[in-house]
Amino acid sequence: MSKEVLDQWIARSFEQDRRATAKLISWVEDDIERAHIMRSVLKKTGQKMVVGITGPPGAGKSSLVEALTKLYRARDERVGIVAVDPSSPYTGGAILGDRIRMQAHGTDRDVFIRSMGTRGHLGGVTRSTSDVLRILEGGGYGRLLLETVGVGQSELEIMQMADTVVVVLNPGTGDGIQAIKAGIMEVADVFVVNKADLPGADRMKNDIEMMLNLNGDTRPWRPPVVLTSVITETGVESLYEKIEAHQCYMLESGQRDERRKERLRQEVWRHWEDKMRALYEIVWEEAREERVILHQDDPYQLAQMLWEERFKGG
Amino acid sequence: MNKTRIRVLVGKPGLDGHDRGAKVIARMLRDAGMEVIYSGLHQTPEQIVEAAIQEDVDLIGVSVLSGAHMTIFPRIKELLKEQNAEDILLMGGGTIPEEDIVSLIEAGHAEALFTPGATSTEIVSWIKSKLESSKEDVV
Ligand code: B12
Ligand SMILES: Nc1nc2c(ncn2[C@@H]2O[C@H](COP(=O)(O)OP(=O)(O)O)[C@@H](O)[C@H]2O)c(=O)[nH]1
Ligand SMILES: [Mg+2]
Repeated sequence: MSKEVLDQWIARSFEQDRRATAKLISWVEDDIERAHIMRSVLKKTGQKMVVGITGPPGAGKSSLVEALTKLYRARDERVGIVAVDPSSPYTGGAILGDRIRMQAHGTDRDVFIRSMGTRGHLGGVTRSTSDVLRILEGGGYGRLLLETVGVGQSELEIMQMADTVVVVLNPGTGDGIQAIKAGIMEVADVFVVNKADLPGADRMKNDIEMMLNLNGDTRPWRPPVVLTSVITETGVESLYEKIEAHQCYMLESGQRDERRKERLRQEVWRHWEDKMRALYEIVWEEAREERVILHQDDPYQLAQMLWEERFKGG
Repeated sequence: MNKTRIRVLVGKPGLDGHDRGAKVIARMLRDAGMEVIYSGLHQTPEQIVEAAIQEDVDLIGVSVLSGAHMTIFPRIKELLKEQNAEDILLMGGGTIPEEDIVSLIEAGHAEALFTPGATSTEIVSWIKSKLESSKEDVV
């Protein structure tokens, strides 16, 4: 594909052509002309905030994304949604099922839903996710929502893409304890106890509040705990308001820019990481071919030696 | 440059509640290394086509065991044409009589149709032979 043709696709995406937006996302995910596409996209975007929604499988994340989308649409805002699910580590394939719970907006052209597999490489997912969100912004979607399953480190990393992180838990499941273990508690800006129509919701809310108290009240933003039920349609307005409040707080306190800088630092590091990894493979191969040093198997010493040869020596 | 991954939308149109086949197909294609967007039951052709465009799939796969295949397949093809998305292939399966299969394929209302008992090898190798050559051209 020539650069001229590619630039036409990019221009079409900026003119809100859904097909073009969808294509750009695929190319970026597949690493085709990625730097070129993102250079154009990033020039135009970066203003809109991202709401990240995470939590254990089945907590109701997709259902809440749909419920929030309804509120945004009622205010005539265009919504871009990215839903990330894990790929199989064996085949690289994936079943991406988040759309099942987002059918209400299935033919609404002002809602763009994109499902992504993690495709097995840590860090890589995170970068794709942030690029995809920016492509959606460039395509005219002002409300950006990101759903991921909150189970591991890679998912936590994805959540760093978000300006507001909403952690969704369920009553009576021991989710709270799991969340603490997974390190989710620290990244939450808003807690949601979803399925509040089931017993134990109030207790769960109290448990979370208590844990927040243990952390001390010194934090300038104390994450609110919202009870929601998608079934009885309660609490979603309140969630909407807490998200708005958090975004105001992020802007006014300067936290948003802080987070952004941190994100940039990490993103540049990820690019470096790729380069370093490639360089290391070369260094290692050379060392293996040329020398017998590899017979000694002290990794500490070897690491030091190869590093010094590469970066300090002439 | 990474290898591009085959993306497929699997959906169940209409009121047909037989979703066993669709789920079997979704797992089959995942196990063959594809990304399967499963959109669930009770889809309208409009929903299926819109999802296919947003997800930028290479292929739509619909499962029809309700007998409504003679209207569903032509309708999806028609919508794809309206959206300038005819490059997205359409395949399907379910309880579809042989003579209907012949007429749907001949009219260009579907690229391939599979009936009960179709094996993973048949389905996966059809998809791969149809798509892998065209995917390489793009890169
Ligand atoms: C199991 C079954 C049910 C289960 C469904 C459970 C479920 N959640 O799926 C239950 C009991 C609920 C059920 C209910 C009914 N059923 Co029923 N059911 C069947 C039965 C016996 C098997 C279907 C099945 O699951 N097969 C196993 C799967 C793996 O096979 P498959 O879907 O065919 O998929 C294979 C291929 O077709 C192909 N394929 C299928 N889809 C796709 C998609 C793609 C993309 C690709 C590539 C390939 C592909 O690949 C698969 C693997 O080989 C069939 C009879 C039959 N022989 O098919 C009747 C059958 C489908 N049912 C029938 C009927 C009439 C009904 C009811 C209306 C009965 C009633 N009067 O209440 C209800 C309707 C329910 C509803 N809401 O739609 C009729 C349909 C007649 C028609 N087409 O006009 C059938 C054909 C029985 C008959 N001979 O009359 N049913
Ligand atoms: N009782 C109840 N069930 C819910 C609620 N929200 C979602 N569910 C159900 O929980 C299941 C998982 O929902 P889903 O949104 O797919 O969860 P996700 O995996 O976190 O995205 C579905 O069967 C939903 O219908 C709720 O508020 N109350
Ligand atoms: Mg989900």
